[in-house]
Amino acid sequence: MAAISRDEVAHLARLARIEMSSDELDHLASELDQILHAVDRVQEAAKDDVPPTSHPLPLKNVTRPDVVVPSLSPEDALSGAPAADEQRFKVPQILGDAE
Amino acid sequence: MALKYDDVVAKYEPTLGLEVHVELNTNTKMFCGCSTEFGAEPNTQTCPVCLGLPGSLPVVNEVAIESAIKIGLALNCSIAPFSRFARKNYFYPDMPKDYQISQYDEPICVNGYLDVEIDTDEGVKVFRVEIERVHMEEDTGKSLHVGGATGRIHGAEYSLLDYNRAGIPLMEIVTKMVPGTGKYAPQVARAYVTELRDILRSLGVSDVKMEQGSLRCDANVSLSPMGSGKLGTRSETKNVNSLRSVERAIHGEMIRQGNRLENGERIIQETRHFLEESGETRPGRSKETAEDYRYFQEPDLVPVAPDAGWIEEIRKTLPEKPSIHRKRLQEQWSVPDKEMAAMVNAELLDTVEATVNLGADPTKARSWWLGEVSRLANEKDVAPTELMTPAQVAEIIALIAAGELTDKLARHVVEGVVNGEGTPAQVIEKRGLKVVSDDSALMSAIEAAIAAQPDTAERVRSGNIPAAGALIGAVMKATGGQADAARVRELLLNHLGQGN
Repeated sequence: MAAISRDEVAHLARLARIEMSSDELDHLASELDQILHAVDRVQEAAKDDVPPTSHPLPLKNVTRPDVVVPSLSPEDALSGAPAADEQRFKVPQILGDAE
Repeated sequence: MALKYDDVVAKYEPTLGLEVHVELNTNTKMFCGCSTEFGAEPNTQTCPVCLGLPGSLPVVNEVAIESAIKIGLALNCSIAPFSRFARKNYFYPDMPKDYQISQYDEPICVNGYLDVEIDTDEGVKVFRVEIERVHMEEDTGKSLHVGGATGRIHGAEYSLLDYNRAGIPLMEIVTKMVPGTGKYAPQVARAYVTELRDILRSLGVSDVKMEQGSLRCDANVSLSPMGSGKLGTRSETKNVNSLRSVERAIHGEMIRQGNRLENGERIIQETRHFLEESGETRPGRSKETAEDYRYFQEPDLVPVAPDAGWIEEIRKTLPEKPSIHRKRLQEQWSVPDKEMAAMVNAELLDTVEATVNLGADPTKARSWWLGEVSRLANEKDVAPTELMTPAQVAEIIALIAAGELTDKLARHVVEGVVNGEGTPAQVIEKRGLKVVSDDSALMSAIEAAIAAQPDTAERVRSGNIPAAGALIGAVMKATGGQADAARVRELLLNHLGQGN
């Protein structure tokens, strides 16, 4: 059975705002399916004695003091932006409502 | 609309849910050392971490963790011995990373509660609001929508982003469902946010300014038919930017939902936007579901596992709870319930306390702040605390106590201070408002009054004491209201042989 359906791939593409053709969806659905099956094999190996991990190193409580360090200049901050105006990042029309 | 509020609450039971976001007042952002100072020029407080540039790595602000634990403890929560961050993925330019670092299934604080007192028809009643979780996340940037008539997102041609706010530590405090509030639901919601704000302020972890957005509330409410035991579909109202709006938003939303249900219409689970002018709500954007956010553990951050000893250290530093603090002040000052409530509602309790701490009598401090200063503040449509400081009010009260000002003169001094004429001492000097306490000066004014009204003086001499009023009035007029009327009366009656 497929681990991910074509519809689910289309839904993910919509969430990521990536336009995909029908052919691309077919292609990706089958590729993602193979990847997910590979991940499933890892899950088979990881039994209850292997705790889920989110970080490769067994570290915890890595923090920094609450001390201000210099920020980028606005020129530097905006230097990689495709478009800027009024010292702000300029983005195309957003659809949907503001959070 | 067909059903009014009273009709709605007679037929339906509301269930509340409140999500409060509070920006911490740390010096730096949640995951980088950029300043969090409010009101800076756009994009002057950003760096590769908060701009999400490739290769940058976030590191947690230790003070933010401590603040989160303080908040959890103050809200009677358990502090998780092990907690992790997660990525909340969404496509929206207010976060340059395309995800927000938040917490999902492993928040730092869980299972707390906050009790609020409501004045009901049956007297003061305590409602317990249970808290589901407090979690840590980061704030988003600010968008400016350009083009289109309304300045709103619909019809805008493009948007401009300022990422100064992106990454500021944000705590989300989520209640469990709050049933059983009945017709008091709007007041319970307001009282909860008010009490929460006071607690956060007393902890010193946030500026808690709703008008600046450092405290924001999303209000959820649903209705179910009375006695049905079923939970209705909820709506979530955003843009609730003041305590009063919290109450109005719930009130308005209950009326809207009640009328829809009454007409056999369905309630849609949606985000709605509060309209400050009308107190109503309008539909907002359709929200992605939790599944759509594709939460997963943040691989760039390691778990937070606060040491039990450290948590106990923090617990010891917690200040007195605002509700207990209020009760203690009320007893110390012997204030009746009603007047205490007036002070709290006017948000002047801290100010009155500060004034009392500077030596003023509590009753006098209360009456000046709630009386004259509030009256002038109303006229100018500002907060009383923007007009005067506790030190100025304490100074005026001290001058009255010393007999150097009468109440009437003191009101002129307040007016002068409010109009920016300087400190109380400077206003007294400039306007010449000192009490005329020199008896010889008063005596010459008294003699002049008697000479001008010999018949009146004769009536007083023969025992008609009330007739003295006209003479006292004349003296007060001659001294420009700066004499102490009681002293004038005493001197006058003595002079006319009617003293004791």
